[in-house]
Amino acid sequence: MDLAELLAIRQKERDRQKSTRIHCCTAAGCLSSGSAAVKAQLEAAVDAEGLGASTEVCSVGCMRFCGRGPLVEVVSREGDREPILYEQVTTADAASIVKALKGGEATAPLGDRNHPFFARQFPIVLENSGKIDPERIEEYIAVGGYQQLYRVLYEYDPAEVVDEITRSGLRGRGGGGYPTGLKWATVAKMPAGQKYVICNADEGDPGAFMDRSVLESDPHRVLEGMAIAGYAIGANHGFIYVRAEYPLAIRHLQKAIQQAKRYSLLGSQIFGSPFDFKIDIRVGAGAFVCGEETALIASVEGRRGNPRPRPPYPAESGLWGCPTLINNVETLANIPAIIREGAEWYAKIGTEKSKGTKVFALTGKVRNTGLIEVPMGTTLRQIVEEMGGGVATAGGVKAVQTGGPSGGCIPASALDTSVDYESLTQLGSIMGSGGMIVMDNETNMVDVARFYMEFCRGESCGKCIPCRAGTVQLYQMLTKILNREASEGDLERLEALCYMVRDTSLCGLGMTAPNPVLSTLRYFRQEYEELLQPATGKR
Amino acid sequence: MSVRTLRINGIDVAVESGTSILAAAKQAGITIPTLCHLDGVSDVGACRLCLVEIQGSNKLLPACVTEVAEGMDIQTETPKLQEYRRMTVELLFSEGNHVCAVCVANGNCELQDMAIAVGMDHTRFPYRFPDRDLDVSHPQFGIDHNRCIFCTRCMRVCDEIEGAHVWDVAQRGAAVRMITGLNQPWGEVEACTSCGKCVEACPTGAIFRQGSTVAEMQRDRSTLEFLVTAREKKEWTR
Repeated sequence: MDLAELLAIRQKERDRQKSTRIHCCTAAGCLSSGSAAVKAQLEAAVDAEGLGASTEVCSVGCMRFCGRGPLVEVVSREGDREPILYEQVTTADAASIVKALKGGEATAPLGDRNHPFFARQFPIVLENSGKIDPERIEEYIAVGGYQQLYRVLYEYDPAEVVDEITRSGLRGRGGGGYPTGLKWATVAKMPAGQKYVICNADEGDPGAFMDRSVLESDPHRVLEGMAIAGYAIGANHGFIYVRAEYPLAIRHLQKAIQQAKRYSLLGSQIFGSPFDFKIDIRVGAGAFVCGEETALIASVEGRRGNPRPRPPYPAESGLWGCPTLINNVETLANIPAIIREGAEWYAKIGTEKSKGTKVFALTGKVRNTGLIEVPMGTTLRQIVEEMGGGVATAGGVKAVQTGGPSGGCIPASALDTSVDYESLTQLGSIMGSGGMIVMDNETNMVDVARFYMEFCRGESCGKCIPCRAGTVQLYQMLTKILNREASEGDLERLEALCYMVRDTSLCGLGMTAPNPVLSTLRYFRQEYEELLQPATGKR
Repeated sequence: MSVRTLRINGIDVAVESGTSILAAAKQAGITIPTLCHLDGVSDVGACRLCLVEIQGSNKLLPACVTEVAEGMDIQTETPKLQEYRRMTVELLFSEGNHVCAVCVANGNCELQDMAIAVGMDHTRFPYRFPDRDLDVSHPQFGIDHNRCIFCTRCMRVCDEIEGAHVWDVAQRGAAVRMITGLNQPWGEVEACTSCGKCVEACPTGAIFRQGSTVAEMQRDRSTLEFLVTAREKKEWTR
């Protein structure tokens, strides 16, 4: 494969595509609301109307407005017609959507692309999501896919790639926010020899589905990002660690890797250069702790997924003791766009210290749920009230939970906070990988804290005592409070144990497990106190 | 040999580079409490008792797996560390069934010693009384899972010194348990060489030699009967 061949595939695919494309979302969200049957009906209707020559029905990835799925969009390739978005499409609507192409009226509700839910978005990671068929590499190539890998191999030396990523200001989207360029540079500077790239797709936070969506909707983007990372740090082998609960993502990845190998876009001497890179999938059995990089590495090696103390960091001693770069799905999905548009372009998006965009899974009591990608610095109010449309219940938004079991609850009074790493940390929460759960006034915050503690209690690997036994005790104390059996002393013990578990746990799971409790105590302490039993005085 | 100089609890120490803080402290005559560390096998940093404060770092670091660095200023006994250590021991006591009075290791137990060392006379956390079993299928040894604190010393000693790797960890969180073989009864594990290293390594009374536990006390009352008969009837054979 050389550039000319790649461009030929691109042209051939563009010629192949019919002038009207009916995009039907077949990512997990819409699929669960019956989009596979809708797609079949759409295809049947195209045949029945005799539109086969000019119209095709395509399976595409996530169109983001998951709460209104299944979503169908009619797109004209010539651009002579505005795309028409249909929401909550049923099989009964399918025929009318196709008939509408000939001037009829569709029965499905019309979506509004100018709705704040879409209008405020800035898709980089999700730029192809919902537009291309994730199961066809040709469609990815047709929108410019793998060209950045080519450019990197022939126009950049590895240090220049690292430099480009560093200058872009990209930070780890797994939640930690560690500068990606610095991480790449550290691994790149390790002595030459066997090195690895790992894509962490062990997304497991309750309420989060960003990484799953990216893998389901645009898997090649992640593969291209990994290959570029491999070139930059001198690795020839990559692993995608994806959890078994994501069967569709795994299937799309398997297919994508197979197709990329067939086109020699993965494998040896990619684009005729000396660069070799292969990618293997490792399916995780579904342990939250395996999102922790040292536990993930142990799991890839075939051992029990236990974390170990760092240092040594994986950059120095990772997979099988070799220098290893571990990046989250979203981080890697940013790479092709950064190379294409340049570091300066990327660095202009976002805030002073948090560059670019962030994908959030907006869920909970909010009216509009789904996937959003917004520039860093967008305020929580813009996200929750404008894009999300607020909550349906009286009294409005009470809190926004970010960062899942490692994060915290941000009260409604802080909704004007800009979404960036530092601001969220200051509020006692974290950016996290991007789960954003909106809570209304009917939510009991002690119950919320207990929910997350129950999750951590079940997911602790059991290696270190504060996390193994501390989360159990914290969960019991929260239950005691909820059952109105606790006294003031219990609340003091709860708080003291939270700090102890946070400060003494071995890995991130335990260190952050108390965050939902501490943040709700910070902003909603009254709710805890109201549940306490007054000291009766009897001894 | 390169040397690192550092300060532990205000005492200047010079040790070989690559030494752990734990070992450096020992050389300086300072004891840092630990349960999962065992000389001769690898360290895992699991018990969190050896956490120390290092000037300039807001994290508490485990002394057993943290290497010394030039100019480190380490504190091992701050009020915060003492409080956390006590809580750690309380958590350990409340998660298993550690009733010293009926334990084979009573008076010879590192967990008991640790409780005394950190000043723990009761636990502020409710006992959980987990339903754990006892395995005495091995002819010589036994494990009482109720007394296990998951220091994994038995596992490491069996793997790294004996080379048998009979022990391993199964399950997670509160359900975590030590297993033998492929979760078989210990007596059925062919890999076990009956070397007894795990018994020596265990800090509590969890792994023990049979015949030495409280309940195994045997009294042969017929001996008394025999003696009486022998004396009274002059019958000296049974």
